[in-house]
Amino acid sequence: MEGELAQMGQFIGAGLTAFGMGGAAIGVGNVAGNYLAGALRNPSAAAGQTATLFIGIAFAEALGIFSFLVALLLMFAV
Amino acid sequence: MADETQVVVATGADVAHGAESGLVFHPMDQFLVKPIFGQAGDPVFWYTPTNVTLWLGLSVLAIFALMVLTTSRRSVIPSRGQSVAELSYGFIYKMVEDITGKEGLKYFPYIMTLFMFIVSANFLGLLPTAFTTTSHIAVTAVLGFAVFFAVTILGFVLNGFGFLGLFWVSSAPLALRPILAVIELISYFVRPVSHSIRLAGNMMAGHAVIKVFAAFAAVTAVAPVSVAAIAAIYGLEVLVCFIQAYVFTILTCVYLKDALHPAH
Repeated sequence: MEGELAQMGQFIGAGLTAFGMGGAAIGVGNVAGNYLAGALRNPSAAAGQTATLFIGIAFAEALGIFSFLVALLLMFAV
Repeated sequence: MADETQVVVATGADVAHGAESGLVFHPMDQFLVKPIFGQAGDPVFWYTPTNVTLWLGLSVLAIFALMVLTTSRRSVIPSRGQSVAELSYGFIYKMVEDITGKEGLKYFPYIMTLFMFIVSANFLGLLPTAFTTTSHIAVTAVLGFAVFFAVTILGFVLNGFGFLGLFWVSSAPLALRPILAVIELISYFVRPVSHSIRLAGNMMAGHAVIKVFAAFAAVTAVAPVSVAAIAAIYGLEVLVCFIQAYVFTILTCVYLKDALHPAH
């Protein structure tokens, strides 16, 4: 019974990490949306900032991937 | 009543794993490391040729085919292969020059190698029944930590202890600097972890999602939707494969820039 309870907690915890995905989605959307808003105001400056855009997206996304890592750890390592 | 719910839950999970039809597979099965020769359950030693070895070798061959074979008979009007080789060279060259400046161009061969290796491993992994080598943290962690150690050693060699200025934000108020130094230090040491897990996580998640939809294709009622979804996600994955290789390379350039110009 105790093992089952622990396993249930594992699954619930792994499921809860999906909230991290939502956070990463908000972050990536913020970065891309603000880039687009800026790019439409000043299209000539947009091309030079694509690298910054991708770096920003990568950093925002990294935290979502950490939640995926937590899910993996809960499922396979704990 | 309780038993009924139990049954429903069980069949739901079984359908997801394709147990109802002949298609029995787990979405994570595609990431299993198996020896090429012999049985599936055979032990894997460090010298055993596995599917990882095969696909790592194939990605090196793919780079060779793209960069050497297509440019061996080069012409003023490039063939399609030659254009792709030249475009990728120019693309990475410009990226390194833009981010790290002229002095970073000395390290261009390393960054070009990284990009070509990751992009070809990612694209080869998209072939049906292929093995995605970059979906394994063991592969990407080697790449990520290699970049981390290379950049750290380079920073100390080029700047001496001035490299520690990277953690001492001189533009901030003096009282804040120790706190910022701790934060900078943590973020510096998280770099190789996030660098490698980003690539592996993206590759693994995308391929697992395709397999989950593939399992639902066995259920007749949702089969058309799931086949369409597989096609759509596959298209997205083609994009993600390139973008993740690009992001890995661009972050390498950013880290390299920190090593070359550590002052904030």
